[in-house]
Amino acid sequence: MAARGELPGWVNLGLLPLLNLAAAFLVSGLIVVILGENPLEAVRLLLVGAFGFEEAIGYTLFYATSFIFTGLAVAVAFHCGLFNIGGEGQAYVGGLGVTLVGLYLGWLPWLVVVPLAILCAALFGGFWAFIPGWLQARRGSHIVITTIMFNFLAAALMTYLLVNVLIAPGQQIPESDTLPATAWLPQLHDLLGALGIETSPSPLNLSFVFALICCLLVWLFIWQTRWGYALRVVGKNEAAAVYGGISPARQIMLAMAISGALAGFVALNMVMGAQHRLTLDFTGGFGFVGIAVALMGRNHPVGIILAALLFGALYQGGSELSFDMPKLSRDLVVVIQGLVILFAGALEHMFRPHLEALFARPAPGEAVA
Amino acid sequence: MDALFLQILLLADSTVRLATPLVLAALAGLFAERSGVVDIGLEGKMLGAAFAAAATAAVTGSAWLGLGAGIVSAVFLALVHGFACITHRGNQVVSGMALNIMVAGLGPTLAEAWFQQGGRTPLLGDDARFEPIVLPFANELRNVPILGPIYFELISNHNILVYVTVAAVPVVAWVVYRTRFGLRLRAVGENPSAVDTAGISVTWMRYKALLVTGLLCGIAGTYLSIAHNASFIRDMTAGKGYLALAALIFGKWRPVPAMLACLLFAFTDAVQVRLQGTPLPLVGTVPTQAIQALPYLLTVLLLAGFVGRAIAPKAIGEPYVKER
Repeated sequence: MAARGELPGWVNLGLLPLLNLAAAFLVSGLIVVILGENPLEAVRLLLVGAFGFEEAIGYTLFYATSFIFTGLAVAVAFHCGLFNIGGEGQAYVGGLGVTLVGLYLGWLPWLVVVPLAILCAALFGGFWAFIPGWLQARRGSHIVITTIMFNFLAAALMTYLLVNVLIAPGQQIPESDTLPATAWLPQLHDLLGALGIETSPSPLNLSFVFALICCLLVWLFIWQTRWGYALRVVGKNEAAAVYGGISPARQIMLAMAISGALAGFVALNMVMGAQHRLTLDFTGGFGFVGIAVALMGRNHPVGIILAALLFGALYQGGSELSFDMPKLSRDLVVVIQGLVILFAGALEHMFRPHLEALFARPAPGEAVA
Repeated sequence: MDALFLQILLLADSTVRLATPLVLAALAGLFAERSGVVDIGLEGKMLGAAFAAAATAAVTGSAWLGLGAGIVSAVFLALVHGFACITHRGNQVVSGMALNIMVAGLGPTLAEAWFQQGGRTPLLGDDARFEPIVLPFANELRNVPILGPIYFELISNHNILVYVTVAAVPVVAWVVYRTRFGLRLRAVGENPSAVDTAGISVTWMRYKALLVTGLLCGIAGTYLSIAHNASFIRDMTAGKGYLALAALIFGKWRPVPAMLACLLFAFTDAVQVRLQGTPLPLVGTVPTQAIQALPYLLTVLLLAGFVGRAIAPKAIGEPYVKER
């Protein structure tokens, strides 16, 4: 077999994802044309809707916060060679942890409640991912199928709890009581307002900062600790891991628990930062956006932040766009999301051979012809 | 006594109606997965077909053209899946997920742009749908004790796609176990290099399997939007593709057991709709969500080896790289 040359870093990490993204946008543009609108005008409206005014930027970053969490969740599992499709369910169950802390321990001071809520979001979300991890590691059941099933199990469990247990007394809509203010994460416009800077209100809240901290922590964990190293070895080559004295089963369970905990943090943004109560389906497909974000971001925290911003802009800009071009409904964003997953994930090998032919450096040790 | 008997018959009848799309989708998944291609995109293919069928039937007024459009769109999606996973050796789960998400957005987008009814297609008239067929003598035999009601309620009065599904199960079993295509299909999912050595193209075999997958998913989606219901609505598959996948695993990738699993899942669904909070003897009121969760829980337990053992085709999920 011919030794494959390696692509220069900027091609692998920059050009290739951009090429995949361009292909996804090209197909999306075609769909816009089929719907009878001008794609360039749509892009302009979308950009204005996402970045054109203060409130828009706030919403873009607010969505991006959730996507950073779910993107990191998918990425950590990916590094261990696992495909965690269960981010949706893990985030949903994480919401239960946050809500329970808010409802039953909300009498404690803010400085105690918030760390407790973060802990519980991680514990609940992590637990919901740990079980599929355990089943894969110890019982050999496939993580993809189990996490899909766990999404449905989470939906059933949460519907039951919301309809029968957590529903606010005297209410018809299955929603929990409003959480006490000690369990709220302050929104950034309030914080800036306190500093004397006036900005338009948006649900952007402190969890955005926490998401950035999580990016740093994940980077430290994956690339700077021996646990992260062990996790990556299992992901790259399980046999080598066993040979090196690493237990794949333990790493798989660890990776899934961390992955689920990160997904659970979506609840901080949505429940504690924005809605201040637990609602039906508050995750709204954000767990699945995480797949696209992780694939686009090459499973690296920096890439994930950029990809999360892109999808935040698509979500926010997309809803503004649907006001100006009623033919382009918000669902178009979901189409783009699917196309990005298709081109950046499933079809990632489509452009690679051509780029390799163009840019490949001879592999080390190979004579230059 | 008579009332109870009728209740049981009606329950069986709605089980059959609910099981039909599941059985079709599970058989569709059987072809893909037996050939070694993981297909979590059953959901998306069904949803795509449901939209194409409903939109076409709404415009042309013909259920048959709707069926054609449904099949064409599901086959197209299956080919995209094949292009990504077979030709470009992409991750099969990622590809399936991508198609599911794309279709979930595309259906409502196109429906809204073309029909402006909030992401759904217009309600179809009776002649644009597949209508129930009254089998010969159903009305005349209705009053024959026991057998008459069974014939009238359970066997007669379904639309043609239900009968197609009933016929599809033995046909698929025959194709998979008794034909040359079936032998090669199973071989390519277990040991593709052996098939390659025998001079058969692994790529073409897997594409053929995906074509059948598309065909069956197309019928399943069409059933949902223009036979069982009268329009396409957002997310109308509601996890049925994943449920069919669970049934396929539950049936250990074999046609008849997969059908039985579909019937079981459909039965729990039918019971759940009928119970709606009525207390049962011995156990009291069972929450509807518990019954809804049952199929997923059973699948998890089965996969974990707590109830039986499900062993997947050996080469599943692995792109085939031909030796040079």
